Amino acid sequence: MELATVIFYLIAAVTVGSAAMVAFSRNIIHSAFSLLGTFAGVAAIYVFLGADFVAAVQVLIYVGGILVLILFAVMLTHRITDVRITNRAVGRIPALAVIGVFLFLLVQTIRETPWQKAKEILYSPTTAKIGDLFLGNYLLPFELASLVLLAALIGAVVISRKELKE
Amino acid sequence: MQAFVDQLIQEGYFPGLPKEIIYLGAMLLAALVVLSFFVAPLAGITSWLERRVWARMQSRVGPNRVGPQGILQWLADGIKNLLKEDIIPSAADKWLFVLAPYIVFVGFLATFVVIPFGSQLIVADLNIGIFYLLAVTSLVVVGILMAGWASNNKWSLLGGMRSAAQIVSYEIPAGLAVLTIIFVAGTMSMQGIIKAQGWAPWDWFLFYNPFTFVAFFLYFTAALAEGNRTPFDIPEAESELVAGYVTEYSGMRFLFFFFAEWGNLYVIGAIATTLFLGGWQVPPVTDNPVLIGVLQFMVFFLKAYFWVFVAMWVRGTLPRVRVDQLMSACWKYLVPLSFVSLLGTAAWMVLYPKGNRLASFGMFLMGVAILLLFFKRVNYQIRHSRPEIYWKPYI
Repeated sequence: MELATVIFYLIAAVTVGSAAMVAFSRNIIHSAFSLLGTFAGVAAIYVFLGADFVAAVQVLIYVGGILVLILFAVMLTHRITDVRITNRAVGRIPALAVIGVFLFLLVQTIRETPWQKAKEILYSPTTAKIGDLFLGNYLLPFELASLVLLAALIGAVVISRKELKE
Repeated sequence: MQAFVDQLIQEGYFPGLPKEIIYLGAMLLAALVVLSFFVAPLAGITSWLERRVWARMQSRVGPNRVGPQGILQWLADGIKNLLKEDIIPSAADKWLFVLAPYIVFVGFLATFVVIPFGSQLIVADLNIGIFYLLAVTSLVVVGILMAGWASNNKWSLLGGMRSAAQIVSYEIPAGLAVLTIIFVAGTMSMQGIIKAQGWAPWDWFLFYNPFTFVAFFLYFTAALAEGNRTPFDIPEAESELVAGYVTEYSGMRFLFFFFAEWGNLYVIGAIATTLFLGGWQVPPVTDNPVLIGVLQFMVFFLKAYFWVFVAMWVRGTLPRVRVDQLMSACWKYLVPLSFVSLLGTAAWMVLYPKGNRLASFGMFLMGVAILLLFFKRVNYQIRHSRPEIYWKPYI
């Protein structure tokens, strides 16, 4: 086996392993902290693919922003671990069905995609190209995404604002 | 560094080994050398110097027993902490409690990969250099939250939460100030940013235009807050929270947190030097490559260490701010100001695509005038507060 393949499987093992921890851990804080491994693993895959800028953004946004927000939400929620689920079986059967459908879709997509193997690996700077594409071909999606984020921001302010009562 | 390793491979120093293994060995060796011969003594001596400087500012003596003037105090402290009992509270979450110091430490140590000590002396000149630096330092937040929660102690939890809120907030002005310089330099590579500046102060980005001048102070303030330094050290405010998120830690794990904090001071200085103060640029005085390398390293080190000293000075001078003051300072003043500096620099670049040398020179003269006024003021204060100035430490 090539060394690159070994490295890939190592990264994939870390990513999938910590994702499994997120799903199966009984302690919700442990789940939240396991996300660190998942995010770091995905960043490592980006590095492996030569996408340096995306990898740094992955760490900056997901580890530095989203993970911290999730941790905040978990820690600030009062008695989050005390939730009692009375009937576990009700949740499991629909979940299995949904997972089955998703698995089928994923496998089908993977099998039908004509995968191409890169002949030559070129590690070149990507930042400038990403910037050009954002302000060129993909200007509209880019601006729409910022609009969605702005709406979410205003929504958060509206929800968290204290109403003044007379 | 990769070029150097490639050259060694070409000359046939490692026959029969795959290239990746050699790179891995080189990386481990570089990490080991940087950690044990540079970062550890640096953080240690900074800790000693901070205690001495601080003591002097408060008319105390400070540690002066181990070695000349107490300079080996950090070694004694390290050995003491290694020999101490490593206590893990029975109510703590054991795994997270053990893991937290390492995550903080990784987030701090990974920054040294891209710090340029000289034109040749850098571990890896990444093309996303400064952005990588911002990204890896965000790991520290997760480590601090982990420490705060895993200790199972209300002081720790409060400290961890405060710290995370503070770091996440202050990352915005710091990031925008950095972005201002990325605009001007047109690159994110650390070496590229330094090469876009010159050795003379008026060629530094600090004096490029009035907006970058402001951005420098925004960056330094925000970086001090991100490093949990006084006046922004509410996460470990001793008068309210015992020791914040490190309350339950003892021995070497406790030391890891402070190791990262003191080392981080130098990282702040190094980033400020790289972005605003011309990095390792030296005037062309010699052709000897070794001599140039040494000179570059000394220039960079001194510039960066000066800001470490300023941070100690600030810590010895200013009182701690309150939580609400901290947040309003960030969101109401620093963030809008950094947006202004960002837009102002963009407008300046449209007006003067090649930079305005006259304005840079004027900014430099203004900087000198501010410094002179400052020294005049300090001199006045010293003369009026004490009958006699002791230039030498009298103990």
